[in-house]
Amino acid sequence: MSILVIAEHDNSSLKGATLNTVTAATGLNGNITLLIAGSNISSVIDEAKKVSGISNIISCDDELYKNFLAEDLSSLVVSISNSYSYILAPATTFGKNLLPRISAKLDVQQISDIISIESEDTFKRPIYAGSCIATVKSNDSIKLITVRSTAFDAAPMDNSNVSVESLDAVNALNISEFVSEEIAKSDRPELTAANIVISGGRGMQSGENFHLLDSIADKLGAAVGASRAAVDAGFVPNDYQVGQTGKIVAPDLYIAVGISGAIQHLAGMKDSKVIVAINKDEDAPIFQVADYGLVSDLFDALPELEAKL
Amino acid sequence: MKILVPLKRVVDYNVKVRPLPDNSNVDLNNAKMSVNPFCEIALEEAVRIKEAGNAEEVIAVTVGKTESQEQLRTALALGADRAILIETDSILEPLAISKVLTKVVEQEAPDLIILGKQAIDGDNNQTGQMLASMLNYPQATNASEVRFDGDKVNVTREIDGGLQTLQLNKPAIITTDLRLNEPRYASLPNIMKAKKKELTIINVSDLGVDINPRTELLSVELPPSRDAGIIVETVDELVEKLKNEAKVIT
Ligand SMILES: Cc1cc2nc3c(=O)[nH]c(=O)nc-3n(C[C@H](O)[C@H](O)[C@H](O)COP(=O)(O)OP(=O)(O)OC[C@H]3O[C@@H](n4cnc5c(N)ncnc54)[C@H](O)[C@@H]3O)c2cc1C
Ligand SMILES: Nc1ncnc2c1ncn2[C@@H]1O[C@H](COP(=O)(O)O)[C@@H](O)[C@H]1O
Repeated sequence: MSILVIAEHDNSSLKGATLNTVTAATGLNGNITLLIAGSNISSVIDEAKKVSGISNIISCDDELYKNFLAEDLSSLVVSISNSYSYILAPATTFGKNLLPRISAKLDVQQISDIISIESEDTFKRPIYAGSCIATVKSNDSIKLITVRSTAFDAAPMDNSNVSVESLDAVNALNISEFVSEEIAKSDRPELTAANIVISGGRGMQSGENFHLLDSIADKLGAAVGASRAAVDAGFVPNDYQVGQTGKIVAPDLYIAVGISGAIQHLAGMKDSKVIVAINKDEDAPIFQVADYGLVSDLFDALPELEAKL
Repeated sequence: MKILVPLKRVVDYNVKVRPLPDNSNVDLNNAKMSVNPFCEIALEEAVRIKEAGNAEEVIAVTVGKTESQEQLRTALALGADRAILIETDSILEPLAISKVLTKVVEQEAPDLIILGKQAIDGDNNQTGQMLASMLNYPQATNASEVRFDGDKVNVTREIDGGLQTLQLNKPAIITTDLRLNEPRYASLPNIMKAKKKELTIINVSDLGVDINPRTELLSVELPPSRDAGIIVETVDELVEKLKNEAKVIT
C-alpha cells in the first residue's frame, strides 16, 4: 500500500504540522511519499529529505503553486492519486482548504482531523467541539484524511535515504487569483509548536494589557494565544485564537489568563499536559480542567508572576 | 445577482453533548436545535450584500429532516427571500450533501454560494470545498471580508499565519469565519412575514443522487477526563508547583 502525504511549507521551509502528519502515516503500514508542490522549493526539498519515515519525495516546482491555491493544487494531486491508497494532509487551514477539494474529485468521503489510527480503515476523531470522540470506519477504496497535529509526535529528522522525483505542473484553472497576504512576524515560537502557551481572554480588557503576557512569554520562551472574545474585541490578531474554530494546541504547559473556559475554548487546549488558570471568578469553568488554579485579579497576579520567574 | 446559502440544523452551541448510554451515537434527545452559527454568518453576509444593492435574491437551502423547516423559517425571518428543503430522514455525509447541493445549483444558477466553514456537530469543514470542486468553481474558505470588484469578488481569509486575500471569478464559493460579521436577531414583524415566504420541499430521492454512506460510525465516547486539579493560594505556590511538582518550568 502506498501513502501520499501532502507537505505544507512556505516555499522556504516545511511547516511543523507536516512532520506530525508523516508520523500518523507511519501508523498505516506502507511506503510514504511526500508531495512538495510550490515555487523555488529547493530548500524545502533539502530539508524534507531528512524526514524520518518517508521513502521518496515527489516535487513540483512551478510558479502556479507559489500560493498554494486549492483549485490548482487539487488538480495536481488528483493527477497522481491513482497510485495511492491513502492521501494525508495536516488539519491546518492549508489542509482543510485543500483536501475536501481532492476528496470530491475522487468521490471519497474524507475523514477530518483524526487523533488516532485504530486499524487500516478505522480512525478516531473529535466531534461536537471535542465533547465526544467518534470512532469512524471508512469504506472508500482510497482514504483521504486530515491529521490533528497535536495527537501525533513530529517525525525525527534523521533520514538519509530518500529519492526525489519531479513532476510537471498541470494546466492552470485560472478561476481564482492570489492578491496579497499579511503574515504575522514574531520572534516567539509558533502557537501550535510551542512547549508553553500563555493565553489571554476578555479579562485582559485591552490589547495593550497583552504586554503583561508578552513579558512572561519572553521569560518562558512561550507562545501567546487568546480566546475568541479577546480576538473579536480586537485585542490581538485572529491567528492568536485557540479553540474549536481556532488553533488546536497541546503544549507541556498552558496558562489561561482571564478566560472563562467555554467548551469552544477548551476544545483547543484541554489536551495540554499541565493547565494553569488565573481568573478572579472562582466558579469559572476553566478551573474544572486546570491542574493549578489561582483565584486572583490578573492585574495583581501577572506582574508578580513575571517577577518570580 | 443571486446568492445561495446552504445551512444546517445543528445542536445549539450551548448544549453540552454526551454519548448515548450504548455509545452508538451522541444523545440529542430533547436537545435545543439551532441554525449552525457559521451558517448564520453566511446568511447575514448574503443579506447585507443584497441590502447594499449587490444582489437581488437570497435563497436558503438545507438538506435534512422535516424539522429543519424551523431553521429555514428562521433564515426567512433573517432576510432570505425564499427557502428550499431537500428532505431526507437519513443523516447525510458532506460528500452526499455536496452532491445534493450541486443539483440545487443547477436549478437555481446562483452567482455566489456562501456556506459556513464548518458545522459544529461533525466539525468536518468539508462541504463548501467539496461543492466548489464538484462545480469547478473557485473557493475562498474562512472568509473575514468580502468585497466586490467589477464582476469579481475579493475575499480576505483567516489562515494560520494571518490573513490572505484572493480574487475569485463568479460563480464562486465562500465559506465564513467568525469575524466576517455579527448576525442580526430576527424581529417579531419579520418572523411573522417569514411565515408567508415561499418554502419549497423536495424529496431527496427525486434528485437521483447517490447518497449512500461511505463511512460507519462504530462508537461515540467521552474524551479521557482530566484529574481534578488544585487551587493554589499564592503566586509563590504556583511557581513552586510548576517547578518542583509539574516540572514544566525551570
Ligand atoms: C461557533 C462558535 C465557535 C467558537 N469558537 C471559539 C474558539 O475557537 N475559541 C474560543 O476561545 N472561543 C470560541 N467561541 C466563543 C466561546 O463560546 C466563548 O464566548 C469565548 O471563549 C469566551 O472568551 P473569554 O473566556 O475570553 O471571555 P468571557 O467568557 O467573557 O470570560 C472572561 C473571564 O475573565 C475573567 N476576568 C475578568 N476580569 C478579570 C481580572 N481582572 N482578573 C482575572 N480574571 C478576570 C472573568 O471572570 C471571566 O471568567 C466560539 C463560539 C461559537 C458560537
Ligand atoms: N445538511 C446540510 N444542508 C445544507 N447545508 C449544509 C448541510 N451540511 C453542511 N452544510 C453547509 O456546509 C457547511 C460546512 O459543513 P461541514 O462540512 O459539515 O462542516 C455548513 O456550515 C453549511 O453551510
